[in-house]
Amino acid sequence: MTVGAVAAGWVHRHLLDVEGLTREELERILHLAVDMREARAARAHGSLLENEIVGLAFYEASTRTRVSFELAAKALGATVVDLGIAGSSVSKGESLVDTLRTLERTGVTMVVLRHASSGAAHLAARTTGLCIINAGDGTHAHPTQALADALTLREALGSLSGRTVAIVGDVAHSRVARSNIHALGTLGAHIRVAGPRAWVAGFEAWPGVEVARTIEDALRKANAVMTLRVQLERGARPADHLAWRLDEERMQLAAPGAPILHPGPTNEGVEITADLANGARSLIGRQVENGVPVRMAVLALLAGVA
Amino acid sequence: MSQAHFGRLTDAPATFVLAGARVIDPSDGTDTVRDLAVGEGRIAEEAPADAERIDGRGLVVAPGFCDLHTHLRVPGGNGSETVESGSRAAARGGFTTVCAMPNTDPPLDSPAAVAEIASSVAACRVRVVGAATRGRAGEAAGDLAAMADAGAIGFSDDGAAVPTDGLTREILASLARLGLPLIEHAEDAALGGGGVMRAGPNATRLGLLGWPAEAEVAIVERDIALAAETGARLHLTHLSTAASVEAVRRARARGEAVTCDVTPHHLVLTDAWVAGSRRFSWEEPELREEFAYDGRCRVNPPLASREDALSLLAGVADGTVDAIATDHAPHPPERKLVPFDEAAPGLIGLETALSLGLAAAEAGCLDLPTLVAALSTRPAAIIGEPRGLQSGASANLVVFDPSARWRVEASALASASANTPLLGMELPGVVRLTVADGRVTYRS
Repeated sequence: MTVGAVAAGWVHRHLLDVEGLTREELERILHLAVDMREARAARAHGSLLENEIVGLAFYEASTRTRVSFELAAKALGATVVDLGIAGSSVSKGESLVDTLRTLERTGVTMVVLRHASSGAAHLAARTTGLCIINAGDGTHAHPTQALADALTLREALGSLSGRTVAIVGDVAHSRVARSNIHALGTLGAHIRVAGPRAWVAGFEAWPGVEVARTIEDALRKANAVMTLRVQLERGARPADHLAWRLDEERMQLAAPGAPILHPGPTNEGVEITADLANGARSLIGRQVENGVPVRMAVLALLAGVA
Repeated sequence: MSQAHFGRLTDAPATFVLAGARVIDPSDGTDTVRDLAVGEGRIAEEAPADAERIDGRGLVVAPGFCDLHTHLRVPGGNGSETVESGSRAAARGGFTTVCAMPNTDPPLDSPAAVAEIASSVAACRVRVVGAATRGRAGEAAGDLAAMADAGAIGFSDDGAAVPTDGLTREILASLARLGLPLIEHAEDAALGGGGVMRAGPNATRLGLLGWPAEAEVAIVERDIALAAETGARLHLTHLSTAASVEAVRRARARGEAVTCDVTPHHLVLTDAWVAGSRRFSWEEPELREEFAYDGRCRVNPPLASREDALSLLAGVADGTVDAIATDHAPHPPERKLVPFDEAAPGLIGLETALSLGLAAAEAGCLDLPTLVAALSTRPAAIIGEPRGLQSGASANLVVFDPSARWRVEASALASASANTPLLGMELPGVVRLTVADGRVTYRS
């Protein structure tokens, strides 16, 4: 792998959103992620990030994303500090900007930021000299999740061009859905969203997005289906979601063998049956596996390693 | 800007001749180029021979501006503004009167509090809007008659609407007897649902909770009905939707005593600014990542959709919108340098109102006499203040260069705060001279 020149011509200083990335840039990240995956398997990725100190600033609890970033940064030789913010006094006493500016003075160079407010990563990028990687901001964006999903889906389908991907569930409150709409759409997929009215409100006006009124309409001939976690902590009741639950029978409407994705963690029996989540169509495990190499690719590109 | 000078209403009366300026006086329809003399603080047929002669060529002189909606943040604003700094900001923006809103800490809900602010000696007249409800708590009507005696020019729970229908009717009935307006912040809090920007495609894309137009329209319709029933005057402040202006237009056609104002930022900025655009409402938005989620674009009511902003401009142009009022809302940096949904709502406006209006005029959305009327004579009429450049009148005027440009910089602002997304932008319109009650309050 030609890890020596991965960042040549990469123009973005931060990864705040998928929205600003061109198809070529997305392809480049995915291509590099494949290289990273192979290099990681061969333990041949070296120390590209040896000059970087990566801070993990998770203002919301997270396991898989945080661990995935930590492994990705360490695999490339970075020094990693987890601020342990969620639940600590830092999250209350000090403003986000002040905390990040302090981090910057300690020598941290890149910050992986998870925050409950949409736009927190934009604020961090604007007010500090740090390289900011958005690990999820409010209901806005979760770029690396979408990149992992795009890689997973592309490898399952061969190509995303002309393929229909149905995204089912609480789209309105989902940063994963928004970032996937951008990522998969830019890579050529047709996006269909579906869910209870309040959960797809406003998406009729999203260019290129089709809103399906029933789950049957959403699934019909879909080449892949992504179902979202019902956010029980937002007061959603599992019973309300039965009409939108993915099960074997409904999946018969989709294209033969259409794979299923879910950003996790799943509420089995709520948005998806346990059989489907754990069955042959499920790419849920692959999504997690691809998380680390995708994040390695992102870190390397943003670090300008060349 | 370096030789800018501020004065107060207690200074010596001014005497000068402004030679060859365009005189725009909506009070009698004047729009002509001539000399304007001021002697001992009054508009005069001619000034003494030794009076200072100011070259007015290329300048406009108009009646002094009157802001119906100003937050001076006194008491309790921790220095984000003071009467002194706020009145200087007013003078620098061409305003000779500001109406201080009562959502201070504690609120201006007593005759003593109203009288104290109203007696301020400052760089402009300071009029006071009393709290409509006791403690601005929205539970019981305030002591409206006593506050009126102390000088209140109207009543508002600004920051919120009077919350319940029955209380609104009770307050309007009292105000009908006093002949003073309810100045309503029209927002149904439940319908607003905690939204932080205008609902629509931009909010959907940004993942920010949307504030629906119905939150405003519901209160506008309620208040218009109750004002008609009680015979009270109703003034709807900072309207932000086309539907609200249309409701006012219909009420006006029925002969009802409803007036309204719109802010410069609802006319000229749009919800695309939250998404990173810095283009005006009549221009195509252009989104830039580095400007997205700027807390300085958070305001209540939120910045309007482009379509609504253009409807609001049309409302000013056709006269349905009586006044342009700033809703000048100073905040310290730490209240804005936070994630968008945590930012305190509001932006400063006294020093940029004329410039934004002139930008709209340059774009052909307004004509200059209409803009001047919306800033001066029409809001002044709503609070019963005289305005006009007739001989013998106390000089209350602004002189500005409509085509000169200035860059909005924190260091240039007289306000104690600088929370505006216009920082760094170049705008048309530089105030050269402001005269309030015959005294020079600002000169550059």
